[in-house]
Amino acid sequence: MPPPRRAPAGSIFASLALIIAVIAGGAAAFAYTAGWFTPKRLTPDRLVDAFTPPGDAPPLGHRRNHAKGICFTGVFEANGAGSALSKARVFAQGQYPAVGRFNLGTPNPNASDATVLVRGMGLRIATPDGEEWRSAMIDPPFFPVSTPQAFYELLVASGSKDPTAMKAFAAAHPEFAAFGAWAKGAPWTGSYAEDRFNSLNSFIFVDSAGMEHAVRWSLLPAAQPVPISPEELAKRGPDTLEQEITDRVRGAPARWTMVVTVANPGDPTADPSKAWPADRRTVEVGTLIVQQIQPERDGPCRDINFDPTVLPSGMRTSDDPFPAARSAAYAKSYDRRTAEAQNYPRTAPEAKP
Amino acid sequence: MNARRFTPLQRLLHWLMAICLLAMLFIGVGMVSTIMPKYLALVSIHKSLGIAILVLALVRLAVRLRYGAPSLPADLPVPMKLAAQLSHYAFYLLMIGMPLLGWGMLSAAAYPVVVFGSVQLPSILPQSDSLHALLWGAHFYLAFAFFALILLHVAAALFHALVRRDGVFEAMAPSREVSPAE
Repeated sequence: MPPPRRAPAGSIFASLALIIAVIAGGAAAFAYTAGWFTPKRLTPDRLVDAFTPPGDAPPLGHRRNHAKGICFTGVFEANGAGSALSKARVFAQGQYPAVGRFNLGTPNPNASDATVLVRGMGLRIATPDGEEWRSAMIDPPFFPVSTPQAFYELLVASGSKDPTAMKAFAAAHPEFAAFGAWAKGAPWTGSYAEDRFNSLNSFIFVDSAGMEHAVRWSLLPAAQPVPISPEELAKRGPDTLEQEITDRVRGAPARWTMVVTVANPGDPTADPSKAWPADRRTVEVGTLIVQQIQPERDGPCRDINFDPTVLPSGMRTSDDPFPAARSAAYAKSYDRRTAEAQNYPRTAPEAKP
Repeated sequence: MNARRFTPLQRLLHWLMAICLLAMLFIGVGMVSTIMPKYLALVSIHKSLGIAILVLALVRLAVRLRYGAPSLPADLPVPMKLAAQLSHYAFYLLMIGMPLLGWGMLSAAAYPVVVFGSVQLPSILPQSDSLHALLWGAHFYLAFAFFALILLHVAAALFHALVRRDGVFEAMAPSREVSPAE
């Protein structure tokens, strides 16, 4: 054992100062990376918080948006045509189990159906190779805004008590006008089964030759849409959509044709507020058959995060910035609601053994 | 082990893992605070790197059990000796436990766990909201504890290297030269 070679006192102070500097620098770099010095950074927490208007209580235990919903199970019947666009197993001819959720675009799990314009469908299709295709679609033909940042500003403006907030938002985001126009004239239906659901975001499909195709997809209802006014819908009760789809599917399965639209070069893939021209190539890839409806509280969709970035090989995200932002926000919403499980009536009393 | 230094394999594993662990922790706090497109890339790296760390940590544990560690200087005060030994237990627990917590958390949320581009890992836990909440909390808070432990470890290493100059730092130093005292 050699004798310790202690440093002289003067250099000890220099050494201690160096050690403190290294540790402080490391801690500061960590804090910076975590965003603690940049409170303006749009974090998943801030985005998810913005769904709850200031002063309101968040819907504990529920999804922070699209909070009201009902589960379904069924199959996706692929006709094989999608294999021209993507090598994903889900497009090979066959039937694959599907679980999903019809929902309303509201942070209020008890909203009355006739008060919510935007409807959605979460969908998860599983294939025997262990892969999954998850998506969350809505019924507008395009998204209200071009960027996640703008979407956050829309949430803040629409939750604001300031009467000029929305006007200022619309002025700063001219793309929003198209959505406003759509919302004014959008036809309402009395059934989820009559609604068309759209991915809106663009994704890249990769075929077996390695060729890439920028696509969006939609589910087109087999049922003929019957327009109804919101006033008429309101008369049917606050939960009419859930009752209607339950009764309908009990009688016979509900169907949607899945149509994939392929972008032309130069189409705006990064901006879901811009619809692609109507003449773009479309491919019918199969049929979604909804066979059973289950209440959410004990249903198979309850604990699924319909994260649109959970994709099988043969699909990936595009330059559209939304799927990443949605993935981050959905994960945050999921983390919160699973931690709040005691606030959600997760099991119906009569279902207990 | 009577040698004054860790074996070359142990030193290699230490410095390789030091880089991986720091990258992992920074990616972790960075990814959960952004909604930018890089979020997806960061999450993907985080998962793959986590599995790589788990494998490296298990290899390292086996190597440690086989080759041991150089003994600490005889004149090191008992509390510091105790802290040194406890910190090693904490490191192994975290290096092995954190990836398992992350993997378990994703399993309990019924997310597919895909690493290195296309390798599907099996689910190690049944879907459960309460398990997910528990594991998520553990993974999140232990990450900060892990970073704090690393800072303490660095401070202690520098204290040994610069102030005590007692050979403890040299035992794990990456250099090949044998210390002049030998």
